[in-house]
Amino acid sequence: MSVSILEVGLTAALILLGLALVCCCLRIVHGPRAQDRVLAMDALYLNGMLIAVVYGIRTGSDLYFEPALVIGMLGFAATVALARFLMRGEVIE
Amino acid sequence: MTVATIPHWLALIIAVLAVGGAGLSLLGVFGLIRLGSFYDRVHAPTLGATLGMALILLASWLYFGAAQDRWLPRELLIAVFLTVTTPVTLILLARAALFRDRTEASEPGEKPVPMDGDQPT
Repeated sequence: MSVSILEVGLTAALILLGLALVCCCLRIVHGPRAQDRVLAMDALYLNGMLIAVVYGIRTGSDLYFEPALVIGMLGFAATVALARFLMRGEVIE
Repeated sequence: MTVATIPHWLALIIAVLAVGGAGLSLLGVFGLIRLGSFYDRVHAPTLGATLGMALILLASWLYFGAAQDRWLPRELLIAVFLTVTTPVTLILLARAALFRDRTEASEPGEKPVPMDGDQPT
């Protein structure tokens, strides 16, 4: 019983997060300017990290925790670098 | 304890937390595609970055604690890291956008450029 409750709930959460990824991709494609795309990419990283966590719960595996942590850190680094690029035109001066 | 021995109420709590976090995250991203200007949009995904993230990580902690008897909150690592970094990235991004708007001599509240049909998907 509790297995089926978890199965249904976590699958629903995965579907919702997948829809969120689709929305992020729409904003990345449509634009209109570069900062919108960077913001949408930041949200894409965040939702990808949440998908990794939820999928780890669904499979009952510990293995998906470290990828989630790495995705979160890479998202931070990428967004900071891109914001700096938008501001200065180069990342490392 | 294994997965099958999780009590029903705890499974229900975990499922509700996960669905709630995912729904809040989707709501934030929905604002990302619906709101008009960039300065509105920059606020929307933080809904998923704070409360949505917290709910899903709480569900993860409860599940692994109950199913595998591992109550050490590893998820706290992700939570603290995201809480610290999200404001930094968004402030940097907003400042870059403001700089670009000023140097390109367009008005700060840029006119919303409608997406195709501007309909939610």
